[in-house]
Amino acid sequence: MHVSMTINGADVSHDVEPRTLLVHFIREDAGLTGTNIGCDSSSCGACTIHVNGEAVKSCTMLAVQADGQDVTTIEGLADGETLHPMQQAFHECHALQCGYCTPGMVMAAVSLLDEVPDPTEAEVREGLEGNLCRCTGYHNIVAAVLQAAGGAR
Amino acid sequence: MIPVAFEYELATSAEHALSLLAEHGDEAKLLAGGHSLLPLMKYRLATPAVVVDIGRLTDLSYVREDGDVLAIGALTRHRDVETSDLVRSHVGLLAAATSKVGDPQVRHRGTLGGALAHGDPASDLPAAIIALGGSMVIQGPSGSREVPVDDFFTGFLETTIGEDELLTEVRIPKAPEATWSFQKFNRRAQDWAIVGAAVMVDGDRCGVGLVNMDSRPVRAGGVEAAIASGASAADAAASAADGLEPPGDLNAGVDYRCHLARVLTRRGLEEAGR
Ligand SMILES: Cc1cc2nc3c(=O)[nH]c(=O)nc-3n(C[C@H](O)[C@H](O)[C@H](O)COP(=O)(O)OP(=O)(O)OC[C@H]3O[C@@H](n4cnc5c(N)ncnc54)[C@H](O)[C@@H]3O)c2cc1C
Ligand code: FES
Ligand code: FES
Repeated sequence: MHVSMTINGADVSHDVEPRTLLVHFIREDAGLTGTNIGCDSSSCGACTIHVNGEAVKSCTMLAVQADGQDVTTIEGLADGETLHPMQQAFHECHALQCGYCTPGMVMAAVSLLDEVPDPTEAEVREGLEGNLCRCTGYHNIVAAVLQAAGGAR
Repeated sequence: MIPVAFEYELATSAEHALSLLAEHGDEAKLLAGGHSLLPLMKYRLATPAVVVDIGRLTDLSYVREDGDVLAIGALTRHRDVETSDLVRSHVGLLAAATSKVGDPQVRHRGTLGGALAHGDPASDLPAAIIALGGSMVIQGPSGSREVPVDDFFTGFLETTIGEDELLTEVRIPKAPEATWSFQKFNRRAQDWAIVGAAVMVDGDRCGVGLVNMDSRPVRAGGVEAAIASGASAADAAASAADGLEPPGDLNAGVDYRCHLARVLTRRGLEEAGR
């Protein structure tokens, strides 16, 4: 099947089997390997990207379901050399250790602030419940999201 | 994990979806948000030869008032149900239950119709629809029919929707004055309920639906009858697990689930002001 979508502002089209998962389309066909696969079973959130501005798990979507849609991955957040405020906040708050969960965590956090611009700490924790981190204990991740929210205020 | 190869059809209208179902018979499976079906296909527990994608039928995504009833299109995503002012003000229990489904990513994709059509006793939403006394509009080759929730769930992952039919709308009596509570018990964030209780009290009408307490989503009829005859929350809740056969698994044995059903039902009734 021919599938076309916009990824980080660029048109991307490929012929793929209908069973191709969106995360594989992004990593293997579009060559954007910033989006990680963790659990491959909708649990960990490492594969989180935006479809039409909203966070989704790309391991639980077919590429054909994103046909014609607007996709953003972690590579699409920064503006040239300038980090996105959420990336900057993760950097400043030391919100990562091994970094495996980070792309998905950042994408989920950006979507969260879109929906809840001024969250409480509890709202941040709940809003990120679909993303697992095995290293940080979440403390600095939550601090980073709150800092990014404060910066936007 | 990659699903078994299948043929993909994109439905452009409800009628088109029905004709694709008629054409492919039991080879075909409808795909809405895909958040129950795709995991099953990735584990290869479901291997449909044809996938009919109804996810673009935006005309089946709506919340609207229809007299005494709130009508919700089957393709309405959890996120849109959860944040709808109409849902919040007329059937607040459904908004509360929906906000507990999975995580934000899941709620951006999953649909109300998909959650009901899947017929999973562990899902939160059937219990809420049972408590609220809703009904399902099912469209088939020969027209549409409305099925009350008590006749809708027929077994484990089974509903009354036929192979050639489509769930199009969920209809819920408005209850703006009702008090309600959704009790979901789990041990980790994002998890499915080990047991849940959806409780609604509207004047002398009381509805109680239970999550994960039998092979299908169930109504706690004994509790409702006890409340109707004036019993206290504690006395009514004592019968919450009577006659039910919950699963026993690593999370909880049968006895513990029955205990949870009684405790959560009591808490729910109390929170709803009984
Ligand atoms: C990580 C994760 C966590 C989750 N946690 C929870 C939770 O805590 N609580 C909870 O309740 N749910 C949970 N879910 C399930 C979620 O709510 C699903 O979105 C929902 O169960 C199915 O909706 P869907 O639109 O994705 O349906 P799909 O997966 O597309 O379809 C499910 C089934 O219903 C059929 N179907 C779909 N729409 C129709 C229709 N209109 N007419 C006829 N048949 C139809 C399909 O053929 C399929 O058999 C979770 C899912 C995931 C992936
Ligand atoms: S890889 Fe998609 S949720 Fe874990
Ligand atoms: S930083 Fe290692 S998993 Fe989160």
